[in-house]
Amino acid sequence: MTTTTQAPADNGVNVEALLGVRDMLPDSPEVAQFQWRSTTSWEHGTHSRSDVETFFGFGEEQQHHRKFSYDVDHPEQFAAQDKGSTPVEYVLVALGGCLTAGVAAVAQQRQIQLRSVQATLTAEMDLHGILGADPDTRNGFSGVRVTYEIDADATPEEIRALVAQSQKRSAVFDIMTNPTSVTVDVA
Amino acid sequence: MPNTTVVVVGAGHCGLAMSRCLADRSIDHVVLERGEVANSWRTRWWDSLRLLTPNWMTRLPGGYAYRGEDPDGYLAAREVAGLIGDYAVESAAPVLTCTTVTAVESAVESTADGYVVRTDQGTWQAHAVVVASGACATPVVPTFADQVPAGIVSVTPDAYRNPGQLPDAGVLVVGASASGVQIADELQRSGRQVTLAAGEHVRMPRTYRRRDILWWMDASGLLDETYDEVDDLIRVRNLPSMQLVGTPQRTVDLNALQAAGVRLHGRLVGIRDGVAQFSGSLPNVCALADLKLGRLLDSIDIWAMSAGLDGAGDERLAPTRVPAPAPLSIDLRSGEIGTIVWATGFRPDLSWLDVPTLDRKGRLVHDGGVTSAPGLYALGLPFLRRRKSSLIDGAAADAADLTAHLAGHLDAVAARRRTSA
Repeated sequence: MTTTTQAPADNGVNVEALLGVRDMLPDSPEVAQFQWRSTTSWEHGTHSRSDVETFFGFGEEQQHHRKFSYDVDHPEQFAAQDKGSTPVEYVLVALGGCLTAGVAAVAQQRQIQLRSVQATLTAEMDLHGILGADPDTRNGFSGVRVTYEIDADATPEEIRALVAQSQKRSAVFDIMTNPTSVTVDVA
Repeated sequence: MPNTTVVVVGAGHCGLAMSRCLADRSIDHVVLERGEVANSWRTRWWDSLRLLTPNWMTRLPGGYAYRGEDPDGYLAAREVAGLIGDYAVESAAPVLTCTTVTAVESAVESTADGYVVRTDQGTWQAHAVVVASGACATPVVPTFADQVPAGIVSVTPDAYRNPGQLPDAGVLVVGASASGVQIADELQRSGRQVTLAAGEHVRMPRTYRRRDILWWMDASGLLDETYDEVDDLIRVRNLPSMQLVGTPQRTVDLNALQAAGVRLHGRLVGIRDGVAQFSGSLPNVCALADLKLGRLLDSIDIWAMSAGLDGAGDERLAPTRVPAPAPLSIDLRSGEIGTIVWATGFRPDLSWLDVPTLDRKGRLVHDGGVTSAPGLYALGLPFLRRRKSSLIDGAAADAADLTAHLAGHLDAVAARRRTSA
């Protein structure tokens, strides 16, 4: 015997607040202008520490409730000390975090109750690029694959649509799939 | 200064539909047209273009409809122009041709309810203005189009005529809407290697369950869905056109194009140092289009069952084949590409509208065609009032609604005049 729950889906995402922001935009588009920030300090060898604390948005300076710090390093196989994830792994962390937040938000909006969401991310890379051993090989990933396992009150088609819509609205997916202008200066 | 009650700008199917509805209420008006009736259909677009909607769907206010012998066919552009021209004659529409509107301003004098309409043939004063000058007046191309290396021909769909006008080299078609897929298909058949850059698109089979897909959308009421019923109006108003061609039984989706030899790339996102860069989002835009089509056909199946139509659902199209890995760049300096077709959309030309009712991106702000400026209306824009607002068949219902609103506005103006007199 199957039972159905009538309770509204609750994935812990305040969709009303997000839609409220969108409703504000026609009259005050400037609140949408954000700036994200991070600082990085070299520690030793290939180890550095990156901090995230403030950002600008909704028309004013903003602050996380505390400073977040991230150790960045390379593994011992690269003759480094492995004091943190590699930078390219942080890219996967960012993509997985962004897409999964999107899955939760879209599910909330569509009244789909999630029970578990698991993403596995893999990225292929050819070291010929960063080692400068083959000018035809790029430094970055040659491809990225994300595989979701999702348990939710929804049909397989609805779950596929959740994941597709999450990609469509994802900042990191956009950053990774489309070119971005990057300027690096020395102050 | 000549006076009239309503000035309608544009004598295409929308302007003439509005004219017919106004005439039915005996509301005095003129239709100002910069060229001839149905000017765009006469002077723009490619030679092989046909309507995307079957002939039986060509219906206009006053009971006017296609009367030929091929109701399931698709009119050629010159035939559409002929039909709209005949409609203008039959309606005795008060059209002033070769009259270009140069400015529409709010009247500043005591008659604060009206508008001054300046044209190259003189100035009109009117209580109301209806903008029916077309959603596709001006092609939109990305800002980076000016980075195309010298020697490559750039053309937009309104200026494209036939393969013979293009260099005998490869073609990059940017955009996978109806224009993009039709032109890509034609150019690939002409013997040129076509590369199609596809962003978000609306995949559509020409027929489903042995009927035209538009028959299902019309019969099931989908095309009548109104702008206040949809959950995301911004999204539906910005959807690309359906991947359709006006040829019986022929589907021009990305699988059909690839089978014909077209190379599929992601959305064109930039040109840097002569290299065209394509998005890596191709698998997802194809997944989105496949899922969306699946939902459409599911809803048609459900409706067919409720309507008692026999037969199970038709076979579904195979998922869109995505090249793996999808190429991310083309060197435009290599000579491989001789032409770029920018099928990247259109916008209305409202440069003459000097009334503060445009948003920060220059788009008309309106509520179902009713603008915030009293007496100023618009017709024929995507999902203006209904899903079918951009189809010829959508003009009748929209024009009737707006004429009713406009008549109410005129009554209110008259009442105010009487009170203040």
